[in-house]
Amino acid sequence: MLDAKSNNTSVIFQSAWFNLLSRFIALLAVFLFFALLVEDGKFYTLRNLENIIRQSAVYATAALGMTLVIIAAGIDLSIGSIIALAVVTVAWTLNLHQTVIINGQTQSLALIEKWPVLLPICAVIAGVLAATLAGAANGVMITGIRLAPFIVTLGTMGIFRGLAKGISKERDIYPPSDTWISRIMDPTISSPDASRNWMIFPPGIWMLLLAAVAAAFILRYTRLGRHIYAIGSNEETARLCGVPVNRVKIIVYMLAGFFAGLAGLMQFSYISGIGQPTTAVAYELFVIAAVVIGGGSLMGGEGTILGSLIGALIIGILYMGGQQMGWPKWVQEMVIGAIIIIAVALDQFRHRKMH
Amino acid sequence: MADCEMSTQAAPRLEMEGINKSFGATAALRGVNLTLFPGEVLALIGENGAGKSTLMKILSGALLPDTGTIRLDRKAYQPRNPLHARASSVAMIYQELSLAPHLSVMENILLGIEPAHGPLIRWGEMRRRAVEALVQVGLDGLSPDCQVRKLSIAQQQLVEIARAVALNCRLLVLDEPTSSLTQTDIEKLFALIRRLRGEGVSIIYISHFLEEVREISDRFTVLRDGQTVGYGDTTDTTDEQLIAMMVGREVEDLYPRSARKTGETVLEIKGLSGAVKPDDVHLTLKRGEILGIAGLVGSGRTEFMRAIFGLDPIRCGDVTINGVSEAANPYSRWMQGAGFVSEDRKAEGLAVGLSLADNITLPRLQKLGPWKMVLPSRQISASQPWIEKIPIKCQSAAQTVQSLSGGNQQKVAIARLLHADVDILLLDEPTRGIDVGSKAQIYRLIDTLAAGDPGQGRSSKAILMVSSYLPELLGICDRIAVMCRGRLTPALPVTEWTEHTLMAAAIGKE
Repeated sequence: MLDAKSNNTSVIFQSAWFNLLSRFIALLAVFLFFALLVEDGKFYTLRNLENIIRQSAVYATAALGMTLVIIAAGIDLSIGSIIALAVVTVAWTLNLHQTVIINGQTQSLALIEKWPVLLPICAVIAGVLAATLAGAANGVMITGIRLAPFIVTLGTMGIFRGLAKGISKERDIYPPSDTWISRIMDPTISSPDASRNWMIFPPGIWMLLLAAVAAAFILRYTRLGRHIYAIGSNEETARLCGVPVNRVKIIVYMLAGFFAGLAGLMQFSYISGIGQPTTAVAYELFVIAAVVIGGGSLMGGEGTILGSLIGALIIGILYMGGQQMGWPKWVQEMVIGAIIIIAVALDQFRHRKMH
Repeated sequence: MADCEMSTQAAPRLEMEGINKSFGATAALRGVNLTLFPGEVLALIGENGAGKSTLMKILSGALLPDTGTIRLDRKAYQPRNPLHARASSVAMIYQELSLAPHLSVMENILLGIEPAHGPLIRWGEMRRRAVEALVQVGLDGLSPDCQVRKLSIAQQQLVEIARAVALNCRLLVLDEPTSSLTQTDIEKLFALIRRLRGEGVSIIYISHFLEEVREISDRFTVLRDGQTVGYGDTTDTTDEQLIAMMVGREVEDLYPRSARKTGETVLEIKGLSGAVKPDDVHLTLKRGEILGIAGLVGSGRTEFMRAIFGLDPIRCGDVTINGVSEAANPYSRWMQGAGFVSEDRKAEGLAVGLSLADNITLPRLQKLGPWKMVLPSRQISASQPWIEKIPIKCQSAAQTVQSLSGGNQQKVAIARLLHADVDILLLDEPTRGIDVGSKAQIYRLIDTLAAGDPGQGRSSKAILMVSSYLPELLGICDRIAVMCRGRLTPALPVTEWTEHTLMAAAIGKE
């Protein structure tokens, strides 16, 4: 047994609030670093702060799903491709508005002609549905064929990216009209258009916050959430205790797809409403990094939604800050890489303190 | 308990008849019968591989039998999965801890049967039921919110038992529940088992320890090679009869003792202290000697072994091997002629996914091919003599270690030291979790190693052995020292110890 004093400090180190506090401090430190170094206080203008949030939001939304996957001791490498699939599906559906040539005559599709309001809604549903189904496919393969998540999602990373390119015929899709979907990530509070200021955050951010609360609620208060932790902590035990392991896993990967679909909507708006099949390449790495910086353990059983949100914000700040410091892209990439290693090393150090 | 029946003359709680189960060509169970009454403790004994685990997995729904019928309280019972078994109030406590370390105590206790409104967990109800179960197992001071990984191993084992208690089970199966418990906790567990028995719960108790079987069980059933070979009242049967039934032959001399001649001092430890444990330990070990270390789980025995072998940092003190004191790290220890067998076979001791040959030759890969090459054929030919001499029961040296039984795996771990040709064998719980037959073989092996054979040019070895099993320490050691809270008593000749004095020294009462 340790003596009482060192026992006390280790209790503090282990506690959940210290865990979260340390991440807030890291966030603050990274922010202050750029706030002090970027000249003329440009870094903390309202406009820039909003940009940071907009920049982080896509990672953060996808990180919600990745958090569930990582807590369950899985991994999803296909997230970037699923985001692209959602982006392309949205654009493709919006493109149905275009007049088509049937038997030499040009005509619009009937439904869309009569109900133009329905089109963006259909596009949103189609995009999110495609992403959710993609996630479900991951889950079914992982549990059905009993393959390692790393392998399955490494494969589907290529499959879904290819699918996105196929749907768009390897070209960017430019939907003919500007709909509300392409504006969900446009600036609001710092927008020159005064009629948008009242929203405070772009609608996409509100969507993210809502989704985050839902995800945190699932993890904390539902049987599903606790079963996700149990599977990540000790899968065999969960099975012996009668937890429906396969079903939970399929749901987890489905949710990962669903949240990636929401991220896809935001990405679609962020790249100004173009259905670009090559978008969001390597995003899965940023998303995994966000979860890991936020306290998720790749061994499973650990991770929180709030932590992952902070992780995504840290990555967003590094990205924007680096740009404004005039760092070349390669320096930015190295800095983000180093931060990931430092964050995880600190975590391990803390864990070792416990024992 | 609603279905409480006090009389053992009542209808049987559990009837298993003609259970058969095959895996491929191997028949694991062949027509096993087992009957259990309410309010009764049945000891299920047999060597490893006899089919106990398979039988219990069938009972818990993890496996389906090929043929045979099971009745629970006179109703057909055919669990399709573990949840179904739990829903039928059948609880299992597994030999290896099966807790989710990141979850809280209460979540572990009610895992899979969480009280809920639809998808929402009812935390108040969960806490209430968890505390109720904790009080029953004597962990009333423990916070139900505490993360399980922060508990000691013994506490974790009790949480696992609380999980079974929370189920209000009518049938409870305990598979080797005491392997990580201290004597005090074992007594608490037995008190709990007796109370549950008094409440009409039927209990199947699986153990290798015949003393435990004798203390806690009313009746016993012996399995051998997948068949029921004996049953009866525990009080009417002697240990020798039980062992004979388990191994299928008489074990006349469980603890062999050849003529051992002590030689020069090979290991000298002066004032060795680790970070917390051990604390200022002195010890000398001679060739041809078996020195046992007794003590409670957590007293610092394993830390002592690890410190000697350079696996844990040394705060101060000196380890001299063959007259040389060198840097404390495992590589230099192997070079100096010491080898270590870990208590945790699966996690530390062996690379179970690799072959016997790989595992045996790992510490010394030199001279297994031209230049610095390591040829698989030479690894196999180098392992072959040890496999035959020990002997290890296997099809070939190229087969993976995980396909062997626990006893044979342990022999592979020891064969590694022989391949490395060490003078000092540091054995941490060398017989943990293996059956009586394999234990006897390992005792014989340790004995021959200590005695040596000058005629064949085999010098005698020095053996330092940690064990929680007092009869084996008293049976094969020449001297025994006891570890208590990190400090080691002087090593006295085995004749000066009894189980009673060893236990008194272990709990710090001189």
